[in-house]
Amino acid sequence: MRVVEPVVELGRGLWTTLRSMFEKPVTIQYPEQKRPVRPRFRGRHVLKRYENGLEKCIGCALCAAACPADAIFVESAENTDQERYSPGERYASTYEINMLRCIYCGFCEDACPTEAIVLGDNYELSFTDRRQAIYPKEMLLEGMPVGILPTPQKTEPGVFTRSVPEMKDPMD
Amino acid sequence: MTFALVIEWLIKGFVLVLILLGGFAYLTLYERKALARIQVRIGPNRAGPWGILQPIADAIKLIFKEELTPARSDKLLFILAPVITLVPALVITAVVPWGPTLTVFGHKLTLYIADINVGVLYIMSVTSIAVYGIVLAGWSSNNKYAMMGGMRSSAQMISYEIALGLSFVSAIMLAGSMRMLDIVDAQKSLWFVLLQPVGTAIFLIATLAEVNRPPFDMPEAEQELTAGYHAEYSGMKFALLFMAEYDKMIAISMIGATLFFGGYREFWFLSNTVFSVDRTPWLGPVYLFVKLVILLFGMIWVRATFPRIRYDRLMAFGWKVLLPLSLAVVFITGVGIILAEQINPLWMWGIPAVSLLVGIFAIAMIDRELRRKDYARR
Repeated sequence: MRVVEPVVELGRGLWTTLRSMFEKPVTIQYPEQKRPVRPRFRGRHVLKRYENGLEKCIGCALCAAACPADAIFVESAENTDQERYSPGERYASTYEINMLRCIYCGFCEDACPTEAIVLGDNYELSFTDRRQAIYPKEMLLEGMPVGILPTPQKTEPGVFTRSVPEMKDPMD
Repeated sequence: MTFALVIEWLIKGFVLVLILLGGFAYLTLYERKALARIQVRIGPNRAGPWGILQPIADAIKLIFKEELTPARSDKLLFILAPVITLVPALVITAVVPWGPTLTVFGHKLTLYIADINVGVLYIMSVTSIAVYGIVLAGWSSNNKYAMMGGMRSSAQMISYEIALGLSFVSAIMLAGSMRMLDIVDAQKSLWFVLLQPVGTAIFLIATLAEVNRPPFDMPEAEQELTAGYHAEYSGMKFALLFMAEYDKMIAISMIGATLFFGGYREFWFLSNTVFSVDRTPWLGPVYLFVKLVILLFGMIWVRATFPRIRYDRLMAFGWKVLLPLSLAVVFITGVGIILAEQINPLWMWGIPAVSLLVGIFAIAMIDRELRRKDYARR
């Protein structure tokens, strides 16, 4: 006849839950308290700039071609030395990502020849309207470095002739 | 009957209903907070400091929610069922005394609504009405899950009502009266939980089944019945069903405190001090409230700990274990009282001793049965 064990087992269960009452809560008070994301986290896209303030994006639309969800729309226009947005011949005059279609696969990052588009750490992507889901270039573009003229910049002719920067190690 | 007496009754009844309705709201918050702490969370803390306005926010949300009535449901019963469920839960507390007679401005104020000489019987009969509400809610919804929830609940509540009633009987016999005030007075020196621990245990288990609390929440098993009998209810009608459930929790804890834990009487270590109810009568409601909070915490604690029991096991436990055990407890209590009266008052202590032996036997039998089944399955 087992008498003590069943009662002890029930009691052990109750003791476990009672003891956990006095542990420190694991709750993170989200909007006030934020946990840093993992290094390889894929959040909202960011369009990067060079140190001189020019946009890395050259409007080649390789990201749009690579996108499996067809979320990216790119339209390009010609750069001039009077109005220069990015090095090389062309820049993206329109760059839109539909956040309702994006699956955050990161193929656009891989496709980009200038490493202009990067999936960042922003995951707070709420909107109340379908139209707000389409993020235009102004929202995606990184802010200007301090003390640099905003794009379009006026540049010396013959300096920014290469669209894609020269790579030191092509295998990299 | 004077006019002043009628006014007094009206005020007392109004206050009791307000306490129950406010108590329901804050019981939900208490449960959520306690469950959260057990699960190492914080719980609601956004509405007001420590979330104390959360019940009000919930109420506003429920009031403004759209009310849906399913097609081809029985409209009249669909609307009536929550009311039928709620009213007994409120009415049941009328016989529970919250304190001794107070003297306010030379006027004697009794802290109960009704002093019925068959108070316990009244409780039993009113709890039975609550089954109707739940079954009708399930049936009138025109939904098979709701129907199954209603059927399960009727079977479960009727089965456990027998064990519950028999556990009441031991308290009635020990007090020698069905009047709630007499039962409380009989526990002046010794709470009935000490004289009849097994009866109290049966009461506590049967109440969990009676108010559909986990681990016996079969009628509203979320995972199998999608909330059971209130699956089709929304808005304030759902709130009424919810309110009934929590008010039943409060009511049954009040009854349990009155029958087995000394009612409004002080804790044993405070007797013959200034904190005794005899000397400071207004402490009665405070003691009852403290006991209520402790019993409610027990219900929440059990909910947080044990998983839901399978339906056939639930019925088997009710009919094959609790019913014979409670019959044995009633028999032992009766024999003990007769022996104490006829031979020696010390025979009174035979009641807890023999009941505990029977309880131990029951535990051993359950364990053996479960192990045997476990063995056969392998």
